[in-house]
Amino acid sequence: MKSIEELEKIRRETLEKVNLRKDRNGIRITVGMATCGIAAGARPVMMAILDELGKRNITDVVVAETGCIGMCKYEPMVDVYIPGQEKVTYIKVDENKARQIVAEHVVNGHPIKEWTISNVE
Amino acid sequence: MKELSLYILDIAQNSLKAGAKNIKIELDIDHSKDLLTVIVDDDGCGMEKEFLQKVFDPFTTTRKERKVGLGLSFFKELAQQCGGDAKIESKKGIGTHVEGTFKISSVDLIPIGDIPSTIISLIISDSEVEILFVIKVDEKIFKFDTVEIKKVLDGVKISEPSVLKWLREYLTENLKCVMEV
Repeated sequence: MKSIEELEKIRRETLEKVNLRKDRNGIRITVGMATCGIAAGARPVMMAILDELGKRNITDVVVAETGCIGMCKYEPMVDVYIPGQEKVTYIKVDENKARQIVAEHVVNGHPIKEWTISNVE
Repeated sequence: MKELSLYILDIAQNSLKAGAKNIKIELDIDHSKDLLTVIVDDDGCGMEKEFLQKVFDPFTTTRKERKVGLGLSFFKELAQQCGGDAKIESKKGIGTHVEGTFKISSVDLIPIGDIPSTIISLIISDSEVEILFVIKVDEKIFKFDTVEIKKVLDGVKISEPSVLKWLREYLTENLKCVMEV
């Protein structure tokens, strides 16, 4: 059974990693978490993004939530901001897509155009 | 929505929008009374009396993107379907208290669902906010407090992926232990 004491170990390990890395890229991923987003499945999407980042040991990407932007029928929506590039908005994201967005877009730098909002507009 | 934990996330997101610094989530499962109580308490901006009276109406919302707000009205509907009810108390400048009751034996009651993911989502939404989560199942109780966690973390951010991963496992294990009959 996990106890709070174990957290101390995580703290030390994380501290080492944090000291090693420099905030080089400032990539930001946001997930829509209003009622529409939550009902459409935003929470597992967010968990999948976190899990995928964790698996790849990526610690310098900020994951955040955002509210409803009025396009509820396209939820769950995920925005990827990479400094110096235009924001990319993904629509109807599921866990599987979320993992691929992390791999292809965030890690390799290739947005997956078929899943973006610009594909339907 | 298919899980109570998603309703809880939705209500707590309202708390974040209201600028809450502290959110308390309480789940009370009492088999002898056949009663499940869900409480979300916050110290956000609170609501005016006038707004409060119509807050369970789906055509009431503060959002500007669309004219309907479904979260709280769904919650109340579900509670009533399950032989319980939902109530809300709020004071401008002090905070809001949402409470829903459900009959555990009700066939319409949906699973509690993934509470750890709800808590992690809230931490990601705003890592400054303090979350106190308490679950009581008959005699057993489990408390989770981000204030305590942050003390141990001593400067390491609670939103670090490695910390979140550990917290999720910690919550999952302890919840399982409390919920076991």
